[in-house]
Amino acid sequence: MVATPKIVIDRLSIQYDDGTESLRDVSIEILANEVTVLFGPAGGGKSTLLRALNRLTDLVPRTHITGRILLDGEDVLADGVDVVRLRRRVGMVFAQPIPLPMSVRQNVIYGLELAGEKRKSRLDEAMEQGLRAAALWDEVKDRLHDPASALSGGQQQRLCLARVLALEPEVILLDEPTSGLDPISTGKVEASLQDLKQAYTVVIVPHSIQQAARIADRAAFFLQGELIEYASGKTIFTAPKDKRTEDYVTGRFG
Amino acid sequence: MTPRNLREVVIESLVRAAGYSAVVFVGLIFFFLLREGLPGFAEVSLPALFGSRWYPTEGHYGLLPLIGGSLVVTLGAAAIAVPFGLATAIFISEIAPRWAREILKPLVEILGGLPSVVLGFLGVLVLAPFMRVLLNLPTGLTAFTGSVLLAGMAIPTLVSVAEDALDAVPRNYRDAAVALGASEWQTIWRVTLPAARSGVLTAVMLGIGRAIGETMTVMMVTGNAARLPTTPNSLFLPIRTMTATIAAEMGEVANGSTHYHVLFVIGIVLFVISFIVNLAAGAVVFRRPKRAERVLS
Amino acid sequence: MSRQATQRLMFAVITVAAITTVTPIILVVGYIFWQGAPAVSIDFLSTGPREGMRAGGIFPAIVGTLLLTLGTGVIAVPLGIAAAIYLSEYAGDNRATRLIRLAIINLAGIPSVVYGLFGLGLFVLFLRFGTSILAGSLTLAIMTLPVIISTAEEAIRAVPQSFRVVSVSLGGTKWQTIRRVVLPQALPGILTGVILGLERAAGETAPILFTVAAFFLPRLPHSVFDQTMALPYHLFVISTQVPGMPIHIQYGTALVLLTFVLSMNVIATFVRSYYRRRRQW
Repeated sequence: MVATPKIVIDRLSIQYDDGTESLRDVSIEILANEVTVLFGPAGGGKSTLLRALNRLTDLVPRTHITGRILLDGEDVLADGVDVVRLRRRVGMVFAQPIPLPMSVRQNVIYGLELAGEKRKSRLDEAMEQGLRAAALWDEVKDRLHDPASALSGGQQQRLCLARVLALEPEVILLDEPTSGLDPISTGKVEASLQDLKQAYTVVIVPHSIQQAARIADRAAFFLQGELIEYASGKTIFTAPKDKRTEDYVTGRFG
Repeated sequence: MTPRNLREVVIESLVRAAGYSAVVFVGLIFFFLLREGLPGFAEVSLPALFGSRWYPTEGHYGLLPLIGGSLVVTLGAAAIAVPFGLATAIFISEIAPRWAREILKPLVEILGGLPSVVLGFLGVLVLAPFMRVLLNLPTGLTAFTGSVLLAGMAIPTLVSVAEDALDAVPRNYRDAAVALGASEWQTIWRVTLPAARSGVLTAVMLGIGRAIGETMTVMMVTGNAARLPTTPNSLFLPIRTMTATIAAEMGEVANGSTHYHVLFVIGIVLFVISFIVNLAAGAVVFRRPKRAERVLS
Repeated sequence: MSRQATQRLMFAVITVAAITTVTPIILVVGYIFWQGAPAVSIDFLSTGPREGMRAGGIFPAIVGTLLLTLGTGVIAVPLGIAAAIYLSEYAGDNRATRLIRLAIINLAGIPSVVYGLFGLGLFVLFLRFGTSILAGSLTLAIMTLPVIISTAEEAIRAVPQSFRVVSVSLGGTKWQTIRRVVLPQALPGILTGVILGLERAAGETAPILFTVAAFFLPRLPHSVFDQTMALPYHLFVISTQVPGMPIHIQYGTALVLLTFVLSMNVIATFVRSYYRRRRQW
């Protein structure tokens, strides 16, 4: 049986007003319950693609996007789309841990509160669920009211993940989520990704090729705004078809 | 439209309206000055407005003595405020040890916060009598006394904008100069100051702009004699400025009279002067919309 | 002259000039405290002037200045903060925005006595508010607006952009993001600007001369359409318009005005440094 793709990216191009091009004619199908890795040298357009998936690209003025991104068959780039609802379905974790300047608890329930949830029991439940799923509950359950900035870097990043999970999204986007973390924290985050894909669609820009190889079910290699190769993780890291992919994964450039 | 979107749209409209209110207010100010002042141009001919006698009770509405008075006091204030203000800015930004900076900056801010009427009050009671004795004059209520106090009012603006400009000069300019063997003073004089010159110029203009518009202090200490300052010693004689004339006489004129209209004409002149000064300063401020904009006031 | 000698000379000149500039500030404040303190008593602060202002206290002027400061704040604070939010969060980089900035710069530069004329023309006469607290507060508010807008905008812009991106990525709308993340973080800076703006309004005389200030009104105002005495104008009156005015009352009035204004300055400085130490970014 062929799984229906969760996200279909169809001939997507992104251009800025100053003429620079970030993505050129990219088409990918992303499956549910898999970890899809977008990798390649810096400036290849991976992060831009990630941000387009939940329309954070809207925040950058003068961005021109053509093509379609279908989430469960609906084009998220269309005019009438409720972007607020989209962003709750498609959550994002950033490269640097950015706890909002409030307590641990407030950070985790922030998204739900914005969505209008007022019942304390529901908020507490979602908070614990999110923190547990991000493997942070045991470490912070006694300091929920401390400022989030008091947590360690690794804890902060897992808090950011918990914050997304508390919204019960369908897709989780991670933009080099471990770039600021030590190896132990990195291991914890990577391990939680394997659990997460049971319930979610995970799209990640890894911070190294090694990480990409460790976690990828499927991987897309980007070079200067172009999609060079898209295949299962196993194929792309052991038997890439394209010479440029091979050069990159074997460390000959980049 | 969802309630959420509706709220977003309403709020955006509200804050946009608040933003544009600044434009509306400038427009209203100019409109009402014209509305009340334009009849003055009809009732008093233009040549008469440029006359050298200001005796409203006898129908003489020559503005030259008032413009001259403002000019004398302002130039005097600039001559004091520019060197002292720049020296203070250089001292704070380049020379002073940290502890001295921590004391000086709040002090300059306090000076900026002193109500002009308090300075005028001390001017009447303390500075004017002191000047009279010091300079051996018939009265201490002179343009010069006004200039000294106005310099005090201009200095906080000048110091804080100039200091900002000096601070903005990149560290490595200075390091490069020192590496080439320049002394600290040579670095300040040949590198830092020239690099900050546009900001320093803004500081001077804003300081002077502040001095031209000052009202209470000059009204209280300059003696208010509407006499055309023609000789250099006018600085040490009583004069009368445009601002003081409005403040002193508006309370006593009949609404709608010629005198009333001409006072608004003076207001138009002041508005135009401040517009030009701030436009010129603004050309620089636009590039660095920081302290200068805030301290402009 | 050798380089070292030049440097020593110039540093000495600049240091002396700086000290000459700031010493009078200490002297002025100190002198007013020294001369004014004996006049200030409970009686002075809580009763009205008597015997043609040559005796009694300055209570109505204190209340008047408080009311005017309050009135100015009620009008200028929401308007100024809203305008700052617009400029920092919504306005694009275009001609219309530059026009607004130009207007703010010009509002900041208009002489205070011209504000007085404007207030007289628009509020007192055209809108028929009469010489009143309402007219005076509106005039002072417009004069204070650029200070509040500029400082508030600076404070709002200082909030890291990443907070906004995170909030939006969690499904926050623009306004939710501003209200729940940006404004709380910018609040201390905004507050500082508000206090500094109101400090200026409280000390101003020229804008209230023809819009609200009463020469002598030894009672409290009944409504916003009533005139009132105010400390700055009262100081002007008793130091230049009333012959035979006892000197200690003059200094006492100056001291009260100065204390009022300087304490706002101190509060602003305190707010700024307290929150700067506590903030989490």
